Amino acid sequence: MNWFKRVQKGLRTSQKREMPDNLWIKCKGCGEILFRKELEKALHVCPKCGYHFRMGSNLYIPILADENSYREISPNLRSVDPLGFKTSKKYSDQLKEAKKRTGLQDACRIGEATINGYPVVLGAMDFGFIGGSMGSVVGEKVSRGIDIARENNCPLIIVTSSGGARMQEGILSLMQMAKTSAKLSLISEKGPLFISILTDPTTGGVTASFGMLGDIIIAEPGALVGFAGPRVIKQTIGQDLPEGFQRAEFLMEKGFVDMIVERNKMKSRISNIIRFFNND
Amino acid sequence: MSKITYDFEQPITDVEVEIALLESKAMATGTDLTSEIGKLKEKRDKVIRDVHSKLNRWQRVLLARHPDRPYTLDYIEMICDNFIELHGDRQYGDDAAMVTGMAEIDGHNMMIIGHQKGRGTRDNIKRNFGMSNPEGYRKALRVMKLGEKFKIPILSLVDTPGAFPGLGAEERGQAEAIAKNLLEMSKLKVPILVIIIGEGASGGALGIGIGDRILMMQNTWYSVISPEGCASILYRDSSKAAEAAEALKLTPDDLLEIGIIDGIITEPNGGAHRDKESAADSLKESILTNIRELQNLPSNILIENRVNKYSTMGAWIEN
Repeated sequence: MNWFKRVQKGLRTSQKREMPDNLWIKCKGCGEILFRKELEKALHVCPKCGYHFRMGSNLYIPILADENSYREISPNLRSVDPLGFKTSKKYSDQLKEAKKRTGLQDACRIGEATINGYPVVLGAMDFGFIGGSMGSVVGEKVSRGIDIARENNCPLIIVTSSGGARMQEGILSLMQMAKTSAKLSLISEKGPLFISILTDPTTGGVTASFGMLGDIIIAEPGALVGFAGPRVIKQTIGQDLPEGFQRAEFLMEKGFVDMIVERNKMKSRISNIIRFFNND
Repeated sequence: MSKITYDFEQPITDVEVEIALLESKAMATGTDLTSEIGKLKEKRDKVIRDVHSKLNRWQRVLLARHPDRPYTLDYIEMICDNFIELHGDRQYGDDAAMVTGMAEIDGHNMMIIGHQKGRGTRDNIKRNFGMSNPEGYRKALRVMKLGEKFKIPILSLVDTPGAFPGLGAEERGQAEAIAKNLLEMSKLKVPILVIIIGEGASGGALGIGIGDRILMMQNTWYSVISPEGCASILYRDSSKAAEAAEALKLTPDDLLEIGIIDGIITEPNGGAHRDKESAADSLKESILTNIRELQNLPSNILIENRVNKYSTMGAWIEN
């Protein structure tokens, strides 16, 4: 059986080439493998199926704000651990980890900007920071955003993505729902305009406060939006949820969002809405 | 004697059993055991005080859920001179997990809104275990607006394990219904007195929980999430609810300490379920005192104070 013997040192299996794993990305909508650069150019929307990838505030704000127009308000607001919350993990450690991982101070950024020349107050949330949960800092930032929109008499726009109230701050987190809604009551009769943009996913305390209180409510295609999370509902009813349940299209059909707008059309749609109500 | 006893109440039950035995013995034999029974009753009251002075947070949660505890309609019956229930949200249906109506308490007219739990299986199904659907929150808002129109103050009694997380609730906009109530209650032109009489779970409680004064009865809890919900997220194990209850700091004392509530209504020794009438008396007294104080304020001041109160809630650092 000579011919099975290796004559020379033989073939060497090539070393596994280091593939930068952030070069390609698999679409969660259609499974297509996408070139990351292409995806970024397409505002993180799959060019094949239109799936809207989740985005943080760092990516979302530049999509809406005019170049170099964004001035962040209260960037140094930081969470504390008011309850000394400790279960399997300490909340203070969780905060540290989240900050390190995301480079953010908390789950929401808010600032002044212009959108196609219109001055606005613009906020965006970060699902990547402890599930986009709303604790005291998120509530305070939204609240300050409302104050500035009132002072400047300019529209307020908030892009939501959140799992709900942040349980690690206990009752104080629940009160942020009350706080943001109470502040919004100050602009609910005479303006300025408030537009909420619901992105994937927005559930719990954020939906059940400022999320659903927009004068105009816009959702991104396919965004999961609801009060209870799908897992909880599934447990309650003991069966699988219907296809498309709690998705943006479902909410529109049920009458809870004004429109579904694709990400690449969001800026022009918002400036059209602002122009319409700016009619003085 | 209560039919249902928690483990930590066992020492109380033990003495109660002794008392019952002596009483039946006295009855059967005709012996005068008054002084012995009296001593045992004193002992029982002391045991109750001992047990209740050492309650942990989870035990407080259990007391808030005690099936013999008075619910909204029980209190209404005990404290109101007149009550006429109003039904339906005029949009979709009538939610039996939320009770609303016109009440007269000691000469004061009030609109009452409150979660309603059921007693027994059949009643609990009707009341959906006190978990409101969107139409419950919308009914409550309709009735509050009616009160506003005629300058009648609002009394809100909170007792819910949460807003109902079902298919229909989502379809009909549970989040929108709660959000709308938060906003509308913030600017309602009449006084709102909110009292947690049992369980105050999350958005379901807050949905009728915005007010000028927030009070809690002694053996109740109020939290961003139920202990079970918190445990199932953090530990993936809802049986660790007792640990979660400790971490969440959800008792009336906890909430008073951080300024979220304005006062605690003392319950009779051993809890409201041991003496419903006394519990109702304390509740009534507290309602009257607070409503009298709030009624003197002009509506613009009332609203300004209310919005300011919520605007300052939270803890953060900034530098």
